[in-house]
Amino acid sequence: MLTILFDGIAYGMLLFVLACGLAVTLGLMNFVNLAHGSFAMAGGYITLVLVNDMGVPFSLGLVGAFVSAAVLGALLERTLYVHVYNKSPLDQVLFTIGLVFMSVAAVDYVMGSQQQFIQIPSALQGQFEVFGIGMSKYRLLIIAICGVITLALQLALISTRFGSQLRASVDDQRVARGLGINVGVVFAVTFALGSGLAGLGGALGAEILGLDPVFPLKYMIYFLIVVTVGGSSSITAPFFASILLGIGDVAGKYYVPKLGAFVIYTIMIIVLIVRPQGLFAHGRAR
Amino acid sequence: MVKPAHPLSADIAGLLRVRARWSPLEFVFWIIAFATIFLFPNYYLILAEIVIWALFAISIDLVLGYAGIITLGQAAFFGFGAYAAGLLAKHGLITEPTLALLASGLAAAVLGFFTSFLVLRGSDLTRLMVTLGVSLVLRELANRFPEVTGGADGMQGITINPVLGQFRFDLYGHTAYIYSLIVLFVLFVIARRIVRSPFGLSLVAIKGNPLRSAAVGIAVNWRLVAIYTIAAAYAGVAGALLTQTTAFASLEGFSFERSADGLLVLIIGGTGYLYGGVIGALIFRFGHDYLSSITPQYWQFWIGLFLVLIVLVGRDRIGTWFDPVRTLADRIAAWRSKRRARAIGAASREGGQP
Repeated sequence: MLTILFDGIAYGMLLFVLACGLAVTLGLMNFVNLAHGSFAMAGGYITLVLVNDMGVPFSLGLVGAFVSAAVLGALLERTLYVHVYNKSPLDQVLFTIGLVFMSVAAVDYVMGSQQQFIQIPSALQGQFEVFGIGMSKYRLLIIAICGVITLALQLALISTRFGSQLRASVDDQRVARGLGINVGVVFAVTFALGSGLAGLGGALGAEILGLDPVFPLKYMIYFLIVVTVGGSSSITAPFFASILLGIGDVAGKYYVPKLGAFVIYTIMIIVLIVRPQGLFAHGRAR
Repeated sequence: MVKPAHPLSADIAGLLRVRARWSPLEFVFWIIAFATIFLFPNYYLILAEIVIWALFAISIDLVLGYAGIITLGQAAFFGFGAYAAGLLAKHGLITEPTLALLASGLAAAVLGFFTSFLVLRGSDLTRLMVTLGVSLVLRELANRFPEVTGGADGMQGITINPVLGQFRFDLYGHTAYIYSLIVLFVLFVIARRIVRSPFGLSLVAIKGNPLRSAAVGIAVNWRLVAIYTIAAAYAGVAGALLTQTTAFASLEGFSFERSADGLLVLIIGGTGYLYGGVIGALIFRFGHDYLSSITPQYWQFWIGLFLVLIVLVGRDRIGTWFDPVRTLADRIAAWRSKRRARAIGAASREGGQP
């Protein structure tokens, strides 16, 4: 029982790190980025190549995942995404689906279609036994890393200058622009950061979520659930939404394996019916 | 009966009649479509597939092109219709294909009716999520109950009886193609009738501005429920056709890729005039064939690239490939209506043409 809770929290935190970038881009530009999972996959595969083929230590591999996914995100944002912000939601959806399809096929071409595993250092394998609860070391690491990231994000958002600029831009883009905030730059930086975090999440989560070319398609719905259920107005709401989702999914798969992912899809639809603006939103006007 | 023939309402009725008239190009289009039966006997299988894609794209066009609802989950109804037809045939409930087709369409319509209320709420993003969520839930259900659906292996052992007790489905897709084409034609005519009716006009108004449409007295929500239900029936029939012509139903029918490809088919052909689905299906299927022959495994890459390019170049510009043809058709229609109006002696009106 507690083990399930533990696994669920680890899973949820991972989902949060994967999806928080999406939440911010959505809130900031009203942009539906279905290709967010592609950045996560990129991070995962880069770590795979670094660690398995080039013998780089696992920790450096994670850093590599973050940096390369962030660079990739910034690059694509400046070259492609900027042209699409002002288009209709349908165009945004088509565009990002196109990117997903391309990334899936490209990774399939380069890396092969089979599921791959990143070699984890032996120090991280195995379990702790605390009060009779089996806790896998790797999951503990995930919780630690993701917890630190969440705290750092929250602090950065509240107490740094960039954080206030970001919040101002999310709340009202026009006024923020009028106050002299360069919303475009804020957005580019946030996009890169979000992509980087997604890449880090993809690398960390390869052990739990699996890593194969259809990753962006498989987990797209999960990211979207986090964002829509949580609402995109803050960091905390998607955080709680992902924890809920993680626990719900793990518990659902454990107790009613027959229904599988059915549980969380149903939860999502019900939440969207009752609270179309998100579970924790305070009735935003937009 | 309401008041008979107020002059204004007579004019409106006249305008609607003009809008609804078949242009000669449309006749040519369908004559060519039916001529393919005799011209390309070796391509029946691929042609039947095109017809099914076309029907599916028309279903998306009804929701997206006319009512402006962005959907990523039209595959829910496609798959539902496909499994409905499979179950009906497998358990011998309705063995006559056309009746089974009708029943599957109705089943999908019922599903569409109940899920339409989910779509009414929220923004475009919520709609995306809900439509996608519904199709995923159904896929998961079909996956988890293999004793009913065959699970991940798909539903096998379906035998489809001859159409109308006469025409047996053969290996070369002869019956399959003609049957599908006739279904497409019938459903197309009905869809055309729907979108050219006052109801169809009200949908376009809703797409333009829901608030104003509500202000002029259009029951926005009920109109959307109605068109969503109708479109669900169309997608269901498309799915059922696939099951009947291939004697197989699989989870692929519910997949996200099917919804996305359907959207792509429609976008290639252009939204909002129904023929877009048919033309798009033709280009999509042959394009798919061509790309697969170059890079068998990775044709998805080119589809993705195509989507990205479409958006970057501008969808409106792509959709206007066929605009010269459409303006020509409009001109002819306008000219004919003028001539006819003169013949009757009624005053012909210039206003009201967009």
